[in-house]
Amino acid sequence: MSTQRPGRAAVTGIGVIAPNATRVDAYWKSLREGLGVLDRITREGCDHLPLRVAGEVRDFDAAALIEERFLVQTDRFSHFAMAAAALALDDAGLGSGDPADPYSIGVVTAAGSGGGEFGQRELQKLWGQGSKFVGPYQSIAWFYAASTGQISIRGGFKGPCGVVASDEAGGLDAVAHAARAVGRGTGAVVVGAAEAPLAPYSMVCQLGYPDLSTVEEPDRAYRPFTRAACGFVPAEGGAMLVVEDEAQARDRGTAVRAVVAGHAATFTGASRWEQSREGLARAIRGALDEAGCAPEEIDVVFADALGVPEADRAEALAIADALGAHGTRVPVTAPKTGIGRAYCGAPLLDIAAAVLAMEHGQVPPTPNVFDICHDLDLVMSRARPAELRTALVLSRGLMGSNAALVLRRGGDCAR
Amino acid sequence: MTRRVAVTGIGVVAPGGTGAAAFWDLLAGGRTATRGITLFDPAGLRSRIAAECDFDPLAHGLDPELRDHADRYIQFAAVAAEEAVSDSGLDTGQEDPWRIGVSLGSAVGGTTRLEHDYVLVSEGGQRWDVDHRAAEPQLHLAFSPSTLASVVAEQFGAKGPVQTVSTGCTSGLDAVGYAFHTVAEGRADVCMAGASDSPISPITMACFDAIKATSPNNDDPEHASRPFDAHRNGFVMGEGAAVLVLEEYEHARARGAHVYCEIGGYATYGNAYHMTGLTGEGLEMARAIDTTLDQARLDPTLIDYVNAHGSGTRQNDRHETAAVKRSLGAHAYDTPMSSIKSMVGHSLGAIGAIEVVACVLAITHQVVPPTANYETPDPECDLDYVPRTARPRKLRNVLSVGSGFGGFQSAVLLTGPGGRTR
Repeated sequence: MSTQRPGRAAVTGIGVIAPNATRVDAYWKSLREGLGVLDRITREGCDHLPLRVAGEVRDFDAAALIEERFLVQTDRFSHFAMAAAALALDDAGLGSGDPADPYSIGVVTAAGSGGGEFGQRELQKLWGQGSKFVGPYQSIAWFYAASTGQISIRGGFKGPCGVVASDEAGGLDAVAHAARAVGRGTGAVVVGAAEAPLAPYSMVCQLGYPDLSTVEEPDRAYRPFTRAACGFVPAEGGAMLVVEDEAQARDRGTAVRAVVAGHAATFTGASRWEQSREGLARAIRGALDEAGCAPEEIDVVFADALGVPEADRAEALAIADALGAHGTRVPVTAPKTGIGRAYCGAPLLDIAAAVLAMEHGQVPPTPNVFDICHDLDLVMSRARPAELRTALVLSRGLMGSNAALVLRRGGDCAR
Repeated sequence: MTRRVAVTGIGVVAPGGTGAAAFWDLLAGGRTATRGITLFDPAGLRSRIAAECDFDPLAHGLDPELRDHADRYIQFAAVAAEEAVSDSGLDTGQEDPWRIGVSLGSAVGGTTRLEHDYVLVSEGGQRWDVDHRAAEPQLHLAFSPSTLASVVAEQFGAKGPVQTVSTGCTSGLDAVGYAFHTVAEGRADVCMAGASDSPISPITMACFDAIKATSPNNDDPEHASRPFDAHRNGFVMGEGAAVLVLEEYEHARARGAHVYCEIGGYATYGNAYHMTGLTGEGLEMARAIDTTLDQARLDPTLIDYVNAHGSGTRQNDRHETAAVKRSLGAHAYDTPMSSIKSMVGHSLGAIGAIEVVACVLAITHQVVPPTANYETPDPECDLDYVPRTARPRKLRNVLSVGSGFGGFQSAVLLTGPGGRTR
């Protein structure tokens, strides 16, 4: 059993850079209305590839949000992360000036694809022109640690800094990592994940995933839990959070938007979706246990919703295994069907959605999904009003990780 | 309340020899494994030297499937993990698989394979709109950084928390630190911890060329890596892997396992200063050391050896010397501090784990490995760097420290028999 004291890590800030919005209020509006924004990929050099549909972040002006000196030395994935971090810090009321104690704020990100566009440009210089044409920023833009390092430098944050280089589930692991750092005494951690996997070579690298959807009609390409499930649609973007010591947040008079109450992770092997049933069920039980939460207390489940029939079946059964009869009654949703699956960024976008859902008392729907073939109460077509005190966020990764995270509504945790 | 964490197995693939015995033989002998690059033609590069592994996957019993399809850095990790688990005596088939975790680090992951296939799909860097038909079918496994921990978890049937850590050149230390937390805080009873990198490729060499971080001592590769020496002029690229079996102390005792030492503490901070630059003060690394000692309630004067990051760049060695003096005070001058990168090069994310294994071996043999090639003192680096020759010494409490691109500053404390534990 974990010795971590539960209930201490509060979410006090949220920043979102997503295919459907680059502001939290617009993000919620889009989710609530169930808008699908999957579309043909327009990034340069991609239109000949046999992957046509994705969730692209189109309404994003990096130059307006990030200083030139950072822009030139970073890839698009770090632009997203830095912009989202700034939004989250502003939301938490930590956005202005250097922190009084720089060691009291850490930074943790999850990364599943790195700085692919920047890397491809430098590879092209190396192989097309010669080694002397490789620029000085390749060593710090392409690697997985770029976003954590740059957010730390930009904000003056010297607390524990970390990077989980992972498959999708690593997004939840990163948040748990941050919550545990807070549990060990760090005041706040800027945590999250943002990805930019839609550069030509990065897309070529993804084509080998057997779970990728290559359907060309955007509203038919990503339909988990249905008989038409044909894989997942990738996306770019993600979200950053400020996870903060709950007592510190209350002392500062900052609103506690949610509490990270429990997390657990397991591993059942790449593409072994049938076995992910037990792995995910155990992760759910572990997270509930850490949260001190009974299955019946879960008011909404944000599903992994891979869109591969075998994986969807495993997830539906895992929810039933872990939550018992409550598993078939609790509302389940997967708003990612409208925006795509942004690798490690996907579960962060789900956490943001879960916090917003609890705040608004509405379960956002699952766009493009109708006629499901599993015994789940999947919220479809329109948002469903509900009293939401506790949310369960699920994620599985293409390399075999399973993770579950329990969030409690902020207002309910006041002492 | 946290649990005690024991090291019960070690495995290593390093330049100069595969396996812990060969590795220790190299270190204790003060020999260097740096040489001209043979893995590709380095013509045109500023730094054309590296510490390469003479790695024969067949001789080390690597699974044929991995031998044929896995990236070099994955193969290193698989071989090191096999050695570590075998050394620990752990029968993974008898353990609860849900209580076994994996925490492995890598700075650059599958970039060597990514570069290889990039050349194929771009017609040698001629086109942005790359041709997917020329790519290898397993390319996605190089693209996904979590392939590393995933492969090793599958190797032993581990089903607990499995993670890949990528904090630049502190990846190895941090992977050990994350595993330490995983076991100490009760999320697993056993965790395989370590790191692997195989970065000796044109793109990685070229990107360090571009910032003059690597040594241009191409005419004398054996003596090119010169940490703390006044004539140091950059690091020498390396490659390799190391894996340790970390185990809850009572779990290890219950099965009668040999305990090499315990992990006494771990901390990491960001310097929030520069992606590649380091200050002359070493404040943040000192803070990591202080926190680590606090966790173990250990007085700094009880540190017997510091395994340095010691990359051999001008600023690193100065930074680190300042940090250790700040944390250990006058005791720093009485504490041997050496860099094995003088012998095995700097394998980016892997080296932190390789250095932890070096510390485990140093405690086991009660011998401090030397800093090879150290000849001319630098006034800014005025500690005892154990020049050229290994030194017998009573070693109970040993620190391993590291710095990484991105500003990461990490420290791990190992406590051997007779050392202070919580």
